[in-house]
Amino acid sequence: MTTTLLNLAWLIPVFPFLAFVLVPLVTYRNRKLSHSLVIGSIAMAFLLGQIVFWTAVTAPDVLPFESESIHWLSAGVERFRLAVYIDPATTIMLFMVPLVCMMIFIYSVGYMNFGTDQVDSRYSRFFAYLALFATGMLGMIVFNNLLTFFIFWEIMGTCSYLLIGFWYEKKYPDPDKITPKEAGLKAFIVTKVGDLFFMLGLALLYAEIGSLTYGDIFSPETLEHLATTGFMGTQFPLAAAIALLLFGGTVGKSAQFPLHTWLPDAMEGPTPVSALIHAATMVSAGVFLVVRCFPLFVAVQQFTHFEPIHMTIVAGIGAFTAIFASILAVAQDDVKGVLAYSTISQLGYMVSALGLGAYVAGAFHLITHAFFKALLFLSSGSVIHGMEHGHHHAHEHAHEHEEEHEEKWFNPNDMKNMGGLAQRMPRTFWPFLLGGLALSGFPLFTAGFWSKDEILAKAHTASPIVFWVLTMAAALTAFYTARQICMTFFGKPRTEAAKHAPESVPSMTVPLAILAFFAITLGWVGIPDHFPIIGPVIPNWFEHFVGPTIEAGEHAAEHAMKVAGHLSEGEHKAHSQLPLVMGLTAALGGLFVGWLVYGRKPLKAGQMDPVEAAMRKVRLGWLYEAMRNRFYFDELYQATFVNGSIWLANVFDAFDYGQPQEMEVEGEVVIVRKHGFVDGIVHGAGSIGRVFSEAASWFDINVVDALVNLVGRAGKLTSVGLDIFDLNVVDGAVNGVGAVTKASGRPLRRIQNGLVQNYLLIASITVLALVATFFVIIF
Amino acid sequence: MVLLEWYLLLAAALFCAGLYGVLSRRNAIAILMGIELMLNAVNINLVAFWRYTEPAAVTGQAFALFVYAVAAAEAAVGLALIIALWRTRNTIALEEIDLLKG
Repeated sequence: MTTTLLNLAWLIPVFPFLAFVLVPLVTYRNRKLSHSLVIGSIAMAFLLGQIVFWTAVTAPDVLPFESESIHWLSAGVERFRLAVYIDPATTIMLFMVPLVCMMIFIYSVGYMNFGTDQVDSRYSRFFAYLALFATGMLGMIVFNNLLTFFIFWEIMGTCSYLLIGFWYEKKYPDPDKITPKEAGLKAFIVTKVGDLFFMLGLALLYAEIGSLTYGDIFSPETLEHLATTGFMGTQFPLAAAIALLLFGGTVGKSAQFPLHTWLPDAMEGPTPVSALIHAATMVSAGVFLVVRCFPLFVAVQQFTHFEPIHMTIVAGIGAFTAIFASILAVAQDDVKGVLAYSTISQLGYMVSALGLGAYVAGAFHLITHAFFKALLFLSSGSVIHGMEHGHHHAHEHAHEHEEEHEEKWFNPNDMKNMGGLAQRMPRTFWPFLLGGLALSGFPLFTAGFWSKDEILAKAHTASPIVFWVLTMAAALTAFYTARQICMTFFGKPRTEAAKHAPESVPSMTVPLAILAFFAITLGWVGIPDHFPIIGPVIPNWFEHFVGPTIEAGEHAAEHAMKVAGHLSEGEHKAHSQLPLVMGLTAALGGLFVGWLVYGRKPLKAGQMDPVEAAMRKVRLGWLYEAMRNRFYFDELYQATFVNGSIWLANVFDAFDYGQPQEMEVEGEVVIVRKHGFVDGIVHGAGSIGRVFSEAASWFDINVVDALVNLVGRAGKLTSVGLDIFDLNVVDGAVNGVGAVTKASGRPLRRIQNGLVQNYLLIASITVLALVATFFVIIF
Repeated sequence: MVLLEWYLLLAAALFCAGLYGVLSRRNAIAILMGIELMLNAVNINLVAFWRYTEPAAVTGQAFALFVYAVAAAEAAVGLALIIALWRTRNTIALEEIDLLKG
């Protein structure tokens, strides 16, 4: 019974895929049918996901479960087999992904203005892309090997590109502001850098093991082999090299430093996309990759005494990203921009947790973060939606009064244009508040608190530096969350648009309520046992369920730390309460300071941000400016990588054709190119040819011509006789041929009409006729 | 077991769809897409025949890979031609391009 139910898992990605196929081919003209189909398919996936989830949870003994494999792909002698693979990590993802996807799909109906006259002109296409994305994410989770993982991962990358650039025709008056089209390309190319490393890692793994199936690569013998073999003849363990290469994929997909630049710009896409792909699910795919390959990451500690440098790198990049992105988030005015940087920062949290060997804590934060970040994005989308409609309304109003109203571009995302929206949009405000509290880790009743607390606790035992960095990041997180809530919802409206912003439709606010419910309650399944008072009472279900998978890994990490002298025997047992206290201080302190700065005296229209004003006063204005401009990473990459590529292309161009130069020819300035290398060779060959041809020409005139003239004279004599014959007989024949050709050419001329497609049509018909004739002759 | 004929039928259908696209579309890019469909139909044939007649060798897959490479090159050249066309004549509707009219 259990296995039958778990076998159903392969159907989960199939339904969204069918929807993706049907919508563009069949139903795209009917918007209602299209979105019903897509939402229906994800509802089916959700239902199956729930079945698998509850089956797995009630019978954890059968995990990890691998179904019977089917023959999938063969290349030469190699036969790839495909099966469903379900372990606790898959199970919890199957709980989270379809649920969040479904909420966001429902929300999109309202966000894309279904049923109003402002409905998006590519409405059905949008839903088709969403369905394809769900296929990618779900397919990545359920199957049993890294090759399908990579394929579905790339499908998601494509969807991300398509959806960021969904409004590709949009242009802004400010030429420096990135357009959706450019943002899509940027996201695609930057993540490809990471994917390249991922693929190299896969190649290295396959070359060594000859398989990419989880069962094969994570078996203890394989792991031991990988951990004890050196990479390319060096001492560096192969397992660490592969883990680092795979981690390259994570850096790209989860927007870790230094490939973080694409994610803030990805906010150019429609808000449901930002919520779905660039906050809740796809970016966590990168973290999920580390979760999935965790045995590989810890293999070195498990089997050797080699210093686990790769884990230090992972933890370091994660912690640095966490603090770096949360500093940047403080200076963003775009309501989605703040959330984008907070996403990067939270992903850094998860990555550093995994790098410290805290598998359970990382996975836990992955799940809770998905819920509250989806919630925050969706409610900020609702705010933007309200601002757009409010602006529209106020604008119409203004038009009645004065006809010559100067139209200025209005940014509905700018928090400086908002304020006082709590009264206008209460059903958006409350979920946003709850999501914000969860993000900042408000104690006890939000999910974010429990998962963050767990990471901090693990970090405290593993590495004090990472612990303090993460605590700082947590405080900053609470601060910018308070700033965002105060600027958006409190005080008085700062523009006409905010004054007239209407509440969003129920199809947008109901998903908010449901996500808010999970953003609060989900933390309660993972209350650590050592937590004062309630810890021993409520069981830590999450750790009990997910923990055993990686029992070996966690022990190995502890073992390695003991070896490295980080952890004495006694310290492990006595759980220090310092991380808890620091976590509480960071969350509450950050929120309180944020409220002091932004909530007590709400910003007035046109007023400078208090933090900016304060920093200017102590001559740190340049720092704030740098923060607002994302520490100039975009400019740096533009100057090095992008311009470098263009420079290289120019060099090759010059190699071929030479440098372009301006010259004056007959009073006009024209651009002339001197010969470059390749062009010079061609030119030289041409000159040699000319010399030869001149010699041949001389020979021709002096020798051949003389002979020809001689022959000509002889011919002239004979020709007189032939002339008569010629004029009468031959001419008659030639004229006859000419007349026939002329007569037939006139109708045939019409065929030669210059249209390539007609030629091809004639060719195709001829081929068909020939084939038909062939058959008639044979049979 | 799926019969070889089914694959051939699929390939034939895909080929016809591509041919129809090439013959009927005005837009040069759409025509290029039709050509890609036809190439892919050929690929299906290659791989299907390989699978059903010589599964031990990799020839079918190797040929399919060559076709991919050629298709990529063809797309690059084709798109470059289309861009050149757009720059000189400001149109990519093939029915407006009949310089070789007799």
